[in-house]
Amino acid sequence: MMRYSALSLLGNAFSKNKNWKPAWRNPDPKPHYDVIIIGGGGHGLATAYYLSKVFGVRNVAVLEKGYLGSGNIGRNTTIIRSNYLLQGNNPFYEFSMKLWEGLEQDFNFNAMVSQRGVINLFHSDAQRDAYTRRGNAMRLHGVDADLLGRDQLREKLPFLDYENARFPIMGGLMQKRGGTVRHDAVAWGFARGADQHGVDIIQNCEVTAIDREGDQVTGVQTTRGAIKCNKIGMAVAGNSSHVAGMVDMRLPIESHALQAFVSEGLKPFIDTVVTFGAGHFYVSQSDKGGLVFGGDIEGYNSYAQRGNLACVEHVAEAGMAMIPALSRVRILRSWGGIMDMSMDGTPIMDRTHLGNLYFNGGWCYGGFKATPASGYCFAHLLAKDEPHETATEFRMDRFARGYLLDEKGVGAQANLH
Amino acid sequence: MSSLVKCPHCGLRPREEFAIRGEVATPRPKAGADESAWFDHVYLRDNPRGEHREYWHHAGGCRRWLVLSRNTVTHDISDVVDASTLKVGGDA
Repeated sequence: MMRYSALSLLGNAFSKNKNWKPAWRNPDPKPHYDVIIIGGGGHGLATAYYLSKVFGVRNVAVLEKGYLGSGNIGRNTTIIRSNYLLQGNNPFYEFSMKLWEGLEQDFNFNAMVSQRGVINLFHSDAQRDAYTRRGNAMRLHGVDADLLGRDQLREKLPFLDYENARFPIMGGLMQKRGGTVRHDAVAWGFARGADQHGVDIIQNCEVTAIDREGDQVTGVQTTRGAIKCNKIGMAVAGNSSHVAGMVDMRLPIESHALQAFVSEGLKPFIDTVVTFGAGHFYVSQSDKGGLVFGGDIEGYNSYAQRGNLACVEHVAEAGMAMIPALSRVRILRSWGGIMDMSMDGTPIMDRTHLGNLYFNGGWCYGGFKATPASGYCFAHLLAKDEPHETATEFRMDRFARGYLLDEKGVGAQANLH
Repeated sequence: MSSLVKCPHCGLRPREEFAIRGEVATPRPKAGADESAWFDHVYLRDNPRGEHREYWHHAGGCRRWLVLSRNTVTHDISDVVDASTLKVGGDA
């Protein structure tokens, strides 16, 4: 397999780029694997990558019902950050951030990891107190956090509506190590890396049933035939309830649509990620110049990868309230993805009632930033049958036990997280 | 989905007038029911890919609680009724 480098780029340029090889194979499914991962999105591919590279489990298949990268990994707003408050969340997301920082060298693929900073705006004294607390919690966990006053913020982001009559901007909490990553390249990099370590990535292969014997799973039925295995890992995001239903599991999860938007290309304008504190809106500028932004989920259960016009209007209004200069920017395109919204807004990564079936889901709309750590920790769980030290709180039974991780504090109402 | 919802009291109204509670889950248990019944009711969802019954509140209209029958893939709404006519609330 070809290693990408400046030299390989030069060599291929001289041979008129005729000798590039496909980045991964396109194999037919084998009759048996040690581990089958259902779902070839970011988390599934990352799991296969770390499973084969770090934990030495190489007889692995990733089954993807569509084409690689057709789900949420290619539908998000590409933001990475680790500015979490809760004890159970923060170390995990910081682990993810550290993996992002070394990812491109690790899997030899340019994912355009850009630590341009993430700023969360606050608009009241109470919100400043909350963000101060969050910043302190981050620092206690060894994560960088800076509280910016209004004047410091003005220097960085002069175009915000500081004097908004209803929601004046008083400052912001900044994580300098946060930023953006090119999302498609994350899928491709993990796919290529996993493939190099012997993982079979099988596209257009939808799982239609899971075979059981007693309290164990033995394999899956797919649109490309039956495949046997020793273990199954489920990483199917918005389709979690649907796939779990194949083994009679009901989950504390609802599926909701979230839209993302890109504007026409503009000159350099926003060199960081900014989130609105008075509404749900987050924006950054891509290297091509388009503003990449999004807002809230639609509010009703959905399995359709498209959104509603009411939400488009709402997001545009929130954007305008934060940056009035957006009024004449035209939206180029928008798209929707299906989020697996858990009942406390925090993911679930655990064993299930079936001994060798493992579940990874409930990432709500924060799954992208977690991709590397989710893959690493899920691979750890699959290989060693025990959770990684940063993912011990993402238990399936935390709802029944009352140990929720409700970062936002809104209770068991999935469409509010 | 359609941006209009046919309220049984008010007729066709824009989707923004409604607040969405979500799935008509297992009925609310009696106050003294055991923890597993409450866990079921509060946290677990069918979350089907297809036909789905859910509570919507016509917050910006008649302020009645409604039960929509809606397809979560096509977003077609096949039925809207006032929640009080269904008696799905359980014992409590």
